[in-house]
Amino acid sequence: MPPDLWSFYKIMLQSRLYEEAIAALWHDGLISGEMHLGTGEEAIIAGVVTQLHEGDAMALDHRGTAALLMDGVDPILILRELLGHPDGLCGGKGGHMHLFSKEHLVASSGIVGAEGPTAAGFALAAQYSRSGAVAVAFFGEGAMNQGMLMESMNLASAWNLPVLFVCKNDGWAITTQSEMMTGGKLNDRARGFGIPAVDVDGRNIIEVWEASHAAIERARSGHGPTFLNARCVHFEGHFLGFQLNRMVRNPIREMPGIVVPLTKSFVHPRGGVFRERLAGLKLVLGSVLSTLRDPRRDLANDPVRRARITLQSDTVCLNELENQVEKEISEIFTTVMAEVLS
Amino acid sequence: MRTMFFTQAVDNALAQAMSDDSRIVLIGEDILLLRRNLLVRFGPRRVRGTPISESAFLGVGVAAAMAGLRPVVEFYMVDFLAVCMDALLNHAAKVEAFSGGKWTAPVVVRAPCGGGYGDGGQHEQSLWGWLAHIPGLTVIVPSTPADAGGLMLAALQHDGPTIFLEHKLLSETWLEFLGSGARHTVKFDIPAEGAKGVVPKKWEPVPIGKAVLRRAGGDVTIVGVGVGVHRALEAAHILESEGISVSVLDLRTVSPLDKTAICESAAQTGRLLVVDEDYECFGLSGELSAVVLEAGIPCKYARVCTQTTIPYARPMEDRILPNKQRICASVRQLMQ
Repeated sequence: MPPDLWSFYKIMLQSRLYEEAIAALWHDGLISGEMHLGTGEEAIIAGVVTQLHEGDAMALDHRGTAALLMDGVDPILILRELLGHPDGLCGGKGGHMHLFSKEHLVASSGIVGAEGPTAAGFALAAQYSRSGAVAVAFFGEGAMNQGMLMESMNLASAWNLPVLFVCKNDGWAITTQSEMMTGGKLNDRARGFGIPAVDVDGRNIIEVWEASHAAIERARSGHGPTFLNARCVHFEGHFLGFQLNRMVRNPIREMPGIVVPLTKSFVHPRGGVFRERLAGLKLVLGSVLSTLRDPRRDLANDPVRRARITLQSDTVCLNELENQVEKEISEIFTTVMAEVLS
Repeated sequence: MRTMFFTQAVDNALAQAMSDDSRIVLIGEDILLLRRNLLVRFGPRRVRGTPISESAFLGVGVAAAMAGLRPVVEFYMVDFLAVCMDALLNHAAKVEAFSGGKWTAPVVVRAPCGGGYGDGGQHEQSLWGWLAHIPGLTVIVPSTPADAGGLMLAALQHDGPTIFLEHKLLSETWLEFLGSGARHTVKFDIPAEGAKGVVPKKWEPVPIGKAVLRRAGGDVTIVGVGVGVHRALEAAHILESEGISVSVLDLRTVSPLDKTAICESAAQTGRLLVVDEDYECFGLSGELSAVVLEAGIPCKYARVCTQTTIPYARPMEDRILPNKQRICASVRQLMQ
């Protein structure tokens, strides 16, 4: 039996509010470099992570905050780390793309696809010395074109490793629409390695929990890896400050700097034939138009909101829970910011 | 006279070369957006987006170069070359030797490098020493827009594999894409002279393997590349007020090294300081000590490099990357 929707909603909301507060700190310049939020994929993370026990391991990508929070890593330590504090989760040395917790057996990487070998290795150690333990790899569909992930899926199949490969499929590999760069079907690839592939609506927490429950139980009982293909959206695009989002959200500010050089190049006397130039222009416009039409702009795709709709008939409980979570997150941020600014 | 930003200069030189040479094609992740100005001018047959499959598209670039194209294979970051080193180490770099000198792979690998904006140790490395270690690879690290454009042209005309590194602190577009995300709330220590500068009206190749003296002085020679050159110039300015006269030599290419220029300057001053943002051990800085030792030049030697994995926290990062304080301290010590 899955946990009830209330407890799922609670951890998804915690993660959402935590990451929204992170975004504010990033915009204020208190967090450096790239910042990839997991807003939009909370149901996938929650559906999988709530089934993990002590001894299970996770390999995360550059978008790992939600998984760490839901796995029980101290939110204060994570926040300190993102702020570059010496008392952070990784001593301020890792940063948000490189978050590690040895005691939780969680490793992150900013190298796309690296979650594959890492999860397979964790699974090998589990198979060897911790019977019944599993490893989970979280990655985007862009990683499915990375050799090391494909090789790891094969190895996991050949060695019957207890791995759950979770593809958080939002259809975008940074600024590239994945379908333009991907041959065949992802599920067919997994099946080609002898790994069962399961499609799941990653916006639906119950559906994710059920599919991953079956897969994790399968792995625990020695029946090998499963590939979970979970569709989702990322509300902030690839990372905060994402150029395509900026163009769409604030065209008056962003477009002149893009359109002027683009037009100059398009009409430049030395270059390709008109047909080629036009084909190039269509691709650029196509990217902008797909961002405009992008499902990430549609709130109906928000997994947290979808869970909330089901719960909203009980207004009293909902208010109570939301107030409690807001207070809790606010306290975390107030405490840590006081430390950092002192 | 025209001025350009650093990456604008590279793209401009690239456009000039693409107009002159139809063999040049661009390959890389997100290149349709990142190089959109080249895409709408030259079309999608020549500007080609890729999946996140570095081993495949770099390997493709190497072989396409062998078969007559002049591919520029672009990476998000030099760090990601680790995913596909085989194509460089065992193929691009080896073809000429394996074919008895009859065949080469004239591929240009273009990648941003370097730190100073808080992205952590997997995304801010320099790695030019690691690459230059391999015989057969040319490694270019320009420090000004004029050199960046001219060296890109030279790389495209070169008959072997070339790695062309753009430091992110010098690159207006990469720093916005990865560092600021268009925020006005973050600041970076950007060397102004390197980020924007005068460029020629028509691009001419800047010779590969030729260093340039950025500043002449009699007491100490500082040698560096990329942002390191600018940090050395800042330090030289400070040291001047202390009565220490510093030469700054910009190598511009890590491989091949301009040994003549290094030895000449080191012989004149008798003191050599290497400023290298790449890792300290087994790299460019040690190589330069070998260059002067082998030439029998008596000189004092020191280095200011990156010694550890680059920490994420900005204050820690600023301390471990070569900075003017560390350079000044090292020069003062050499003067004792």
